[in-house]
Amino acid sequence: MATEIQSGKVHVQTTINGESVDFLAEPRESLLEVLRDNLGLTGAKEGCNNGNCGACNVVMDGVLVNSCCVLSVEAAGASIETIEGVASPEGLHPLQQSFLENAALQCGVCTPGFIVAAKALLEENPDPTEYEVRWWLAGNLCRCTGYDKIVRAVLDAAERMRAEA
Amino acid sequence: MRAIQYAAPSTVEDAVAILAEHGSDARMLAGGTDLIVQVREDARDTGVFVDAKKIPELMDLSVNADGSTTLGAAVPCHELYNNAQFAASYPAVVDAARIIGSTGIQGRASVGGNLCNSGPAGDTIPPLIVHSAVCNIAGPDGKRTVAVEDFCTAPGRNVLADGELLVSLTLPKPPAGSGSHYLRFIPRNEMDIAVVGAGASLVLDGESITAARISLGAVAPTPLFVQAAGDALIGLTADEDSFAVAADIARDAASPIDDMRGTIAHRKQLSYVLTQRALRGARAHAQGGSPTNGH
Repeated sequence: MATEIQSGKVHVQTTINGESVDFLAEPRESLLEVLRDNLGLTGAKEGCNNGNCGACNVVMDGVLVNSCCVLSVEAAGASIETIEGVASPEGLHPLQQSFLENAALQCGVCTPGFIVAAKALLEENPDPTEYEVRWWLAGNLCRCTGYDKIVRAVLDAAERMRAEA
Repeated sequence: MRAIQYAAPSTVEDAVAILAEHGSDARMLAGGTDLIVQVREDARDTGVFVDAKKIPELMDLSVNADGSTTLGAAVPCHELYNNAQFAASYPAVVDAARIIGSTGIQGRASVGGNLCNSGPAGDTIPPLIVHSAVCNIAGPDGKRTVAVEDFCTAPGRNVLADGELLVSLTLPKPPAGSGSHYLRFIPRNEMDIAVVGAGASLVLDGESITAARISLGAVAPTPLFVQAAGDALIGLTADEDSFAVAADIARDAASPIDDMRGTIAHRKQLSYVLTQRALRGARAHAQGGSPTNGH
């Protein structure tokens, strides 16, 4: 059977933060646009819209991606984790707590991307070196903090999470 | 972004049919880290996006009976450095996969996509050339193969005709005693495009070089296979004097331009220095170690 060529509004079924979600989107819309404009999940931010800044980071099928560089229709059948799914009903994630305590944010626009990216790092590598943290987060830009407090917050959270594990 | 159409075929044949029907208006979508941005920024006018990632052959990463490896054109970079067997066999390719863009880019961007984007500075292309990789291409008239060093024809252009797609790359089994390395010069630590990139592979018998391949990026309209530099090393000892001979040839072969990233003189000198460093890294791998000169 020939493959269907989709255009206009496409019905997409996906999973976001563990919940089944349906949306209508044109293929030209990015996953980031759908999250923010259609689904009201405004935690992921549009910074550069070309893959340089990381403010739109989400995890798609277990892999950290820039949601501005994913087409909405590519989300069909995928499992997506956004910043909105990081805290639990019991409270903040250790990374979120650590960002607050280490003053690792000022304006906060980059923060959701940093936390989503750092969470992906710590799930893969619970005990990273400072170099590994800086290398992993190289795709997240912050114009306020100078990065040092962010790196310290991630290392601090990693230590807490290892102690609790 | 302009309105587009999207198709996600599950077979190479279906993909070829769509590409053939839509001609130059259609393009394969792998990780999208080039294509989506190019279309959004009006740098490319593509109306039909054909998703590569539902086609098993394009997502394949496996070792064949003859010891060669098949790398599907849409396999993302992160799968390569998380695959110990691939990383041990093709260290230069993994060196490149680790430094393209950021972690988030490497989660989607593919080696095949980097090759099809055909940028002169594409980081994975010199590593593929030094590993003698071959492109497996499918199209309306059937299948054909092209050596990676013959694939790119000009900045952003390659040998793919309308209706054709890159299915996979075949990387020959590395001989015993071989090693490879890729590195680039950028004025910062990460997240940049190569001013010059250099890849080298070596096969050693003790201290003696029995085969060598060298390739440069960002010093010509296409990634450059500097065959003479590798050939000059055959029979020599893998030491600094020999590496300087090859580096001289690489510097002479480089024909860069002046642009915002560097000057002709700087790029010529970098071709010399990076060729030596790539060879040192390849020697370290061949002798069971790992290179120490960073990225």
